[in-house]
Amino acid sequence: MLLPGALVTFMLILFALGLVLFLAFRGNDGSLLGAGFTVANFATVVSDPLYWTVTLRSLVIAALVTLATVVTAYPVAYYLAFHAGRRRGLLLFLVTLPFWTSYLLRVFAWKIVLAYNGVLNSALIESGIWSEPTLAFLNTPAAVVVTLAHAYAPFAILPIYVALDTIPKSLIEAASDLGARPFTSFRRVVLPISMPGVLAAALVVFVPTVGDYVTPALVGGPASTMIGTLIQAEFGKANDWPFGAALSVAVMLVILCVVLVARFTDRRFGSRT
Amino acid sequence: MSGGRTEGGGRWLGVYVVAYLVFLYLPVLLIPLFSFNNSIQAAFPLQGFTLQWYATLFGNSALSGALLNSLVIGAIAATGATICGITVSYMDLYGRSPLAATISAIARLPILIPGVIVGISLLILINLIGLGPSRIAIVLGHILVALPTTVVIMRSRFAAIPKTIREAALDLGASDWTTFRRVMLPLSLPAIVSAFMLAFLISFDEFIVVFFLAGTEPTLPLYIWSQLRFPKSLPTVMALGTSILAVSFIIAATAEILRHRGLSAPAPRPADPSQPKQTERGELQWHST
Repeated sequence: MLLPGALVTFMLILFALGLVLFLAFRGNDGSLLGAGFTVANFATVVSDPLYWTVTLRSLVIAALVTLATVVTAYPVAYYLAFHAGRRRGLLLFLVTLPFWTSYLLRVFAWKIVLAYNGVLNSALIESGIWSEPTLAFLNTPAAVVVTLAHAYAPFAILPIYVALDTIPKSLIEAASDLGARPFTSFRRVVLPISMPGVLAAALVVFVPTVGDYVTPALVGGPASTMIGTLIQAEFGKANDWPFGAALSVAVMLVILCVVLVARFTDRRFGSRT
Repeated sequence: MSGGRTEGGGRWLGVYVVAYLVFLYLPVLLIPLFSFNNSIQAAFPLQGFTLQWYATLFGNSALSGALLNSLVIGAIAATGATICGITVSYMDLYGRSPLAATISAIARLPILIPGVIVGISLLILINLIGLGPSRIAIVLGHILVALPTTVVIMRSRFAAIPKTIREAALDLGASDWTTFRRVMLPLSLPAIVSAFMLAFLISFDEFIVVFFLAGTEPTLPLYIWSQLRFPKSLPTVMALGTSILAVSFIIAATAEILRHRGLSAPAPRPADPSQPKQTERGELQWHST
């Protein structure tokens, strides 16, 4: 029974990632696996301020999106777990339904909302709030944040809901029997127990967001180029696979740091309460 | 109906949830709205009702080819990802081998890898083994992308089945395989269905990885992407998007009904006095008759 899982994990994940790491240390001679052994790719990544700027921008955008999605999703997950009653099935269905809509369509929807001759501008003019259309919406980093937060919103609810739903009601009753006010029992009992769900939600939103290249391309404009855009370009137009691989390794290292920090803070948080 | 303990707080939360759902749905619902609008621009005021954009969908061979590709790739990739998810998580929980635990941990690793890196790593791999960008490459990519989801769903489901049930089967003389097939699989059927559905929609929806792996035969998201650069085809994309939304809604509703039917093999849950038990029972009886 281990065979299918072993094949997929070792071939498609470990071996393929190993190839990226290998390629990152090769020179670009146009061939599939490059030539020679070099650290020049990493030297460029570290020394060129462009990559620092873009990486920092990606991190800030991903952090804002993660914060927005998790904070807005938590009350929904809480309501689903503790207050929804017989409406729970319907609500779960409604929050998971956007899963079924193409990610591309969700981003595309924001493009038509924010465009110069788009929905938001025309609605503002129609209602007399604005006198003429503005370019201020589309092609800004803010547009990227809003679009990504909306596109990944459904991802955050389910992990938090699952964590909250496994909390036995008797724990909360015990807390209130022992004199805890609702907010205290939330802060001291419910929130700490649900932290693994919150952490999972944050990672599930943060990781795809930090490497996204679709949303910057559609609604971001040149001022919001993200690191995923650069990697995609190296494997496309720029055609420098080894350098693209080095960029990918750098992104993975950054993500590793974020994961470790998240783990650490979660553990500290968990042990304190 | 709701909780009972903190009635007022629940009501405010309810209002918040409604506002959240509006935010979640409003931008997406603009696509159907403007797909019926008699204008090439998505802007107010509306210019009148038309079905002409839907007419452009028919007889479009590039579009129907992409649709067929997406359906076939989604079905195969979801099957593969579900089988891997079941076996990996089951062996992780009950196999008691360090290898099984390692595989399970690696299988959930793609959650921590951005899609663009999964895409380029598979692009290098498929070129190395001589496969090249193709539909098989996309299937492999989508198994990988959906794997963390299926493993997480199946693992939590298997873990939720009380250990005593499995031990009872083993005590009564069932072999490991029989226990798996006759006890654990039926008990986790709803999770298997939902894992398959989620895996299918992940594949059907997937753009970031497929962008690197597709050869000459695009999937539906790639077709949409190729149309986005032409402002003239904007209404057609909206008509296509609306159709996808409608089909998705039907599939999702079907999945929901299936999931409830699966629950007639009772999933053990902690007794919860605040839950109206009869409703759930009644619903289940309705489905099983």
